[in-house]
Amino acid sequence: MIASGVTRTRRAFAGLALLAGGALGSTAAFANPVPWQLNMPQGVSDISKRVYDLHMLGLYVCAGIGIVVFAVMFVAMFRFRKSRGAVAQTWAHNTRLEVVWTIIPILLLIMLAWPATRLLIDMNDVGESDLTVKVTGFQWRWRYDYVEYQKQDPGVHFISSLDTESNRVRQLGSGLDPNAVKDGDYSSYLLNVDNPLVVPVGVKIRFLITADDVIHSWWVPTLGWKQDAIPGFINDNWTKINTPGLYRGQCAELCGRDHAFMPIVVKAVPQAEFEQWLATHKSAAAATAAVGAAPDGQG
Amino acid sequence: MAAVNPAIQPDVHASHDHKPHGFLHRWLFTTNHKDIGTLYLIFSLTMFFIGGSFAMVIRAELFQPGMQLVQPEFFNEMTSMHGLIMIFGAIMPAFVGLANWMLPMMIGAPDMALPRLNNWSFWILPFAFLMLISTMFMPGGGPQGGWTMYPPLALEGGMNVAFAIFSVHMMGISSIMGAINIIATILNMRAPGVDLLRMPVFVWSWLITAFLLIAVMPVLAGAITMLLTDKYFGTSFFHAAGGGDPVMYQHIFWFFGHPEVYIMILPAFGIVSEIVPTFSRKPLFGYQAMVYALACIAFLSFIVWAHHMFTVGMPLGGNLFFMYGTMLIAIPTGVKIFNWVTTMWGGSLTFETPMLFACAFVILFSIGGFSGVSLALVPADFQYQDTFFVVAHFHYVLVTGAAFAIMGAVYYWLPKWSGHMYSEKWGKIHFWSSAISVNLLFFPQHFLGLAGMPRRIPDYNVAFADFNMLSSIGGFWFGATQLIFVGVIIHCVYFSKQRATERVWEGAKGLEWTLPSPAPYHSFTHPPVVTAGMLAHGDVSH
Ligand SMILES: [Cu+2]
Repeated sequence: MIASGVTRTRRAFAGLALLAGGALGSTAAFANPVPWQLNMPQGVSDISKRVYDLHMLGLYVCAGIGIVVFAVMFVAMFRFRKSRGAVAQTWAHNTRLEVVWTIIPILLLIMLAWPATRLLIDMNDVGESDLTVKVTGFQWRWRYDYVEYQKQDPGVHFISSLDTESNRVRQLGSGLDPNAVKDGDYSSYLLNVDNPLVVPVGVKIRFLITADDVIHSWWVPTLGWKQDAIPGFINDNWTKINTPGLYRGQCAELCGRDHAFMPIVVKAVPQAEFEQWLATHKSAAAATAAVGAAPDGQG
Repeated sequence: MAAVNPAIQPDVHASHDHKPHGFLHRWLFTTNHKDIGTLYLIFSLTMFFIGGSFAMVIRAELFQPGMQLVQPEFFNEMTSMHGLIMIFGAIMPAFVGLANWMLPMMIGAPDMALPRLNNWSFWILPFAFLMLISTMFMPGGGPQGGWTMYPPLALEGGMNVAFAIFSVHMMGISSIMGAINIIATILNMRAPGVDLLRMPVFVWSWLITAFLLIAVMPVLAGAITMLLTDKYFGTSFFHAAGGGDPVMYQHIFWFFGHPEVYIMILPAFGIVSEIVPTFSRKPLFGYQAMVYALACIAFLSFIVWAHHMFTVGMPLGGNLFFMYGTMLIAIPTGVKIFNWVTTMWGGSLTFETPMLFACAFVILFSIGGFSGVSLALVPADFQYQDTFFVVAHFHYVLVTGAAFAIMGAVYYWLPKWSGHMYSEKWGKIHFWSSAISVNLLFFPQHFLGLAGMPRRIPDYNVAFADFNMLSSIGGFWFGATQLIFVGVIIHCVYFSKQRATERVWEGAKGLEWTLPSPAPYHSFTHPPVVTAGMLAHGDVSH
């Protein structure tokens, strides 16, 4: 399913290009980072797959140019060695050649710019969303406000922080093993939170992203983008997740001491389950406090 | 060769070359372009090791997941200081040092046009960097907001803010004065016959770079002065709460910062354009195209700044404009790469150490250029931005690009400076050890960034452990290898028995090779007689 947009030949070529063989194809299927991962995840939205395809197109074009240029260079380095008796020629101009290698890159760049422009236009279209979530970065946590769901204010908001287990292990000289930190099967060290952002799949979600103190950046690689969270300004962006799952990310803009320790976890669930979750949180008046206190019991 | 330069009679000249006597007199008060060039180069090498030792701390902490060595605050201090010191302390002064040494010799001048200004622009630097480094010993430590000093984070710093900003002001003054001097020298001091379009490409690259410096260093000074007044004088240029805009700082900073990137690479292009024809024994292919490509890159560098900030939420039109502009840069840059490769085609190649560094530059800088093209694609950049992919990109451009070109230049001209040949064997060991380790250091960082590792973090998920360990091993190896570089230089200057000839390299063209080795204290006291084929890398066809 994940490979649906990518033909077998392209995958094989990608493997060749990266000298990575099957590793590329398999790692790309994982949503969250895995050891020895070589490439960008294809992600879980249509947009993220198109971002991945654009990235691969850029890679192919660059690899193609690189192979040709470096091959010519290596041939020159072997064929025209003085030690092999090469005698230097004296020419230093060739107008036709210079015109050709100016025009070919222009064509290749247009080939890249065209899909990039179309994708950028689509990524910019934040209209007609069913769910609006406001994301606020502050040192060193994220706050999520569910602003609007199907034209109504759900009135749900909470703060999401690094999970307590990672937090214990990451202290300088803790002597604890980061490999031992798990969330289910996944080694979740520094990529887990107490309260994940719960969202429905198959629904267009609009994010309003801002910050309270310094600049942060909200980044979940599997959604295909990051967006800076800037104090005093509100940026927007959107996603529509296709597959339920836990998608992990991190703050991407240096924001001070604990910049490495403000992860993001998006929990994508079927719409019915999301609505149930939303109702539970809405009904409990002290929802925020309760949710905020809950993970302490798990530690 | 004495016939070419009747003015230079080395044996007679060397004995009364007006060198000042006494150590302080010679070095502190010097107005001689070679002495000042030497000071710049030694200063740059010192900063390279200080900035490098900070990088070693970074790689040691990142060797494995978990926090083992330093607190996050100190880690941030290391990344910030590493950037500031390597950019302003190592790369830029190295190029200015090379310019000081070589420009007068390459254009047939006796010295730089403004020798006292020259002394001043160097001697500002040690004090500026002493002040910058001293912030690390102040309460609250040194700058921790990155070398870009983005507000509001940078303003959260303690007393380091004022000191760091003032030291960057001083570096800027030094750069501007150096640039004025270089422009004045190139435009006024060329010997008869050294026409602008026959100058060596290194001279061209510096002429263009100097204009970039004069254009953008004041912009940086403005941006950081606004930071200063925001912190200490109650202004709100970048405080949203007071009606300011933190993103405006980024626009102003990168209006300086992108030309700055080319300030650090254009002279490297110039160096490679000297070395490749020499060891190919063939004129530089497309001399004029090379010069126009330099000018073109310099012009484009002013209209692409916002590609460093695609994720700040610019309007669609803005992102598209900066994407197209950035992609355009690939065309003149490609012309340069193709021309170097074509210069080698049909030549008679030998691979002495300078040529090895130049060839590695062409390949590895291209790899940095390729990731640069990918980074220009805005939707893909939304993924790459602020990750280790970007770290890999700019280190390919700045280490295997700028720093490799500087090392190649040192090997290329060291015999001319010292009068002795360096050890080719140890030069080659230095090269191969550097070339292998630097790829082990930076290539895996592409994978880390693509897999989702942000930059500027002291600790990471275990999925990133393997490539980080490889990268760290490459880092320690690369760092240790640079001690060989120092050894080769010291050996060449003080212990080498092998005397260098005037021309040094069989295929060398240009006026500097008509002077004796070591070059006399005053270069061309009388204008040299310029013959066809001596300039423009032997290209006599235009
Ligand atoms: Cu943050």
